[in-house]
Amino acid sequence: METETIKQQAEAPKPQTTTISGSEAVLQALLGEGVETIFGYPGGAIMPIYDALYDYNDRLNHILVRHEQGAIHAAQGYARTSGRTGVVFATSGPGATNLVTGLADAMIDSTPVVCITGQVFAHLLGTDAFQETDVINITTPVTKWNYQVTDATEIPGVLAKAFYIAGSGRPGPVVIDITKNAQLQMFPCPTYQKCSHIRSYRPKPIVRKEFVEQAAKLINEAERPFVIFGQGVILGNAEKEFIKFIEKSGIPCAWTIMGMSAIPTDHPLATGMLGMHGNYGPNLLTNECDVLIAVGMRFDDRVTGRLDKYAKQAKVVHLDIDPAEIDKNVKAAVPVWGDCKETLPMLTALVEQKCYPQWLQKFKDCQQKEEDKVIKDELHPKTEVLTMGEVIDVLNELTKGEAVIVTDVGQHQMVACRYTHFTKSRSNITSGGLGTMGFALPAAIGAKFGAPDRTVVAIIGDGGFQMTLQELGTIMQFQPNVKIIILNNNFLGMVRQWQQLFHEKRYSFVDITSPDFVQVAKGFSIQGHSIHERDKLRSALETMLNHKSSYLLEVMVGKENNVFPMVPQGRGVAEIVLSKEEV
Amino acid sequence: MNKQEYTITVYTENQVGLLNRIAIIFSRRKINIDSLNTSPSEVESVHRFTIVINETEDVVRKLCRQIEKQVEVLKAYYNTSDEIVWQEMALYKVSTDEIAEKVKVERLLRQYGARAVVIRHDYTVFETTGHREETEALVRVLEPYGLIEFVRSARVAIIKSSEGFHEKLQQFEYHEPSETVIENEFLNDNEQVFSM
Repeated sequence: METETIKQQAEAPKPQTTTISGSEAVLQALLGEGVETIFGYPGGAIMPIYDALYDYNDRLNHILVRHEQGAIHAAQGYARTSGRTGVVFATSGPGATNLVTGLADAMIDSTPVVCITGQVFAHLLGTDAFQETDVINITTPVTKWNYQVTDATEIPGVLAKAFYIAGSGRPGPVVIDITKNAQLQMFPCPTYQKCSHIRSYRPKPIVRKEFVEQAAKLINEAERPFVIFGQGVILGNAEKEFIKFIEKSGIPCAWTIMGMSAIPTDHPLATGMLGMHGNYGPNLLTNECDVLIAVGMRFDDRVTGRLDKYAKQAKVVHLDIDPAEIDKNVKAAVPVWGDCKETLPMLTALVEQKCYPQWLQKFKDCQQKEEDKVIKDELHPKTEVLTMGEVIDVLNELTKGEAVIVTDVGQHQMVACRYTHFTKSRSNITSGGLGTMGFALPAAIGAKFGAPDRTVVAIIGDGGFQMTLQELGTIMQFQPNVKIIILNNNFLGMVRQWQQLFHEKRYSFVDITSPDFVQVAKGFSIQGHSIHERDKLRSALETMLNHKSSYLLEVMVGKENNVFPMVPQGRGVAEIVLSKEEV
Repeated sequence: MNKQEYTITVYTENQVGLLNRIAIIFSRRKINIDSLNTSPSEVESVHRFTIVINETEDVVRKLCRQIEKQVEVLKAYYNTSDEIVWQEMALYKVSTDEIAEKVKVERLLRQYGARAVVIRHDYTVFETTGHREETEALVRVLEPYGLIEFVRSARVAIIKSSEGFHEKLQQFEYHEPSETVIENEFLNDNEQVFSM
């Protein structure tokens, strides 16, 4: 009896283990994290993991991309629509270095991604072995965390940490580099356990009430308060909390490009987009408000324009989960460090129910001015050639604001973000911080896997499309239903605009020749069509949206159209111009 | 704001690659590190970096926040030189003949508190420990007598007001630490915003 008790005690704390390879432990970890979809590309140093994947094909959906950059952008698109962590597999050397652009993009746009890269055998590290690169050091500046595994026993713990770090606090990309010997090594693997605490890492602070109180006091005393918000609202799943806050306080608000779609575009307190090509009112009136409440945004230079001319009259309340963002660019009078899912309700409870009809009217007056000087001509042009804006306008009508819009980088991105109507959160997928041309096509593929029930429309320029068009092959093979609109102005339009406005029209290498995009798509068994006439626009878009699978629509638009309004670089937000004559 | 010398003390986990992660926070901003020392700390398993830079307080504060943002960093502090006790060690190799022949040199060494570490027939190695100005002053004095080699260590520093890291680390170990552990203590007193 006694010996039995002792025996039981001795056995009790032992966790159950099964002897498996490091590769299988990786896949077990993914299953343990609830991963369903992986974007990847095999190669020599990651072959053991792909070998193990052969037996997990029924549980893990692996999407074979055409280039590793496509894999990580797809994982980003997946993460952005689904709210879950995107997963990437790539091999060592070129496979891993091809991820770098996507890592930088995910880092600056706070997107949760876990990349698992193969690495040469541990005994070959540092010998310039075939396909060996120093992945950890290459990726250090563009990852939230990275780690090299050389022993399989580390795999379960390290992957648990990877997912915890990527998805918690301010999310970001994580790279786990696993040497081939560790992938092959057999070891007794314990049952997978998620990570919930790392002593040196505190993703979510305890909110200090006194600062919420100070913020509420400032807000309640304000006469012209203005709320600006970023992706933090979406990443914190705090859309409802945010709407409650603005509706009770009655404060007009504007979004950054990354915060877009967190609230419906037509919300009565929504005044539009901030930034270089944002709306007139939000930019101009940033410099007239008396209290500026920034929620989950980081005062990017494209939002602030010249810092010494930015909101100098206003007291700034800054709500952010990342303490490094507070006071980084704009000094906060009241910093509220915390998860806005927690801080916003605390603030809502303390602010008075109010409305600011006169102040709101100022935004409406600005909107009217923008309508007259910019929007009218963009959406209902008198010219013969199509504008980008009218394409978006008709698309809005047809999708009723319910589609996921994935944009690339450049003029079409700004126009799409300016004019798209959104009714649902997690609908605007774009490369905001890094400005990665070539982002949209792979990101749209991932976005569709992340939100299979939603219509996904990728809007891409003729330049950006040519950067990653190989991913049409991924669409051909795995059949995500992605609608592709190429807004073709036969120019690298945004650079051309700058050359026109600031470089005396010296068009230096912006004249880009394109292939027949419809034929290219056809080569990948994707149906397509090209139009340049206004009277065909609606039916062409309808055909595209109603098509049962992916479809490519090329719309030829005005060659030298510009995006306005614009806060020219080096100027203050209040110096926003509405036409090229004012530049 | 004027640039001045700041000593940054960073408590970290002991992990490969962390040195690089911290170093690139400076190099990305084109800030030169004057001195960098890594060592064990008063707490077992916790590593301690001591970094000296010459910058404005605003920049140093932002740097510390970026350092603390790294997953494996437990805490980063910054201090001006009068808030710390600090030492640097220097080694000087001089010709033994010069020392033996020239009494003046011996007097100089006494005056600067140097200690002979190695005495050989061809050269002698002296060591001094002290502030930068002290070690540098001895270099200048020894140069005319043929200083063969000179090397100075990184700064090591103790923060005068610090109560050590033992108690803090215990707080870090908990899932929900108490509010008494103030984060980002390098903020001004009235801005002690950040509790864990």
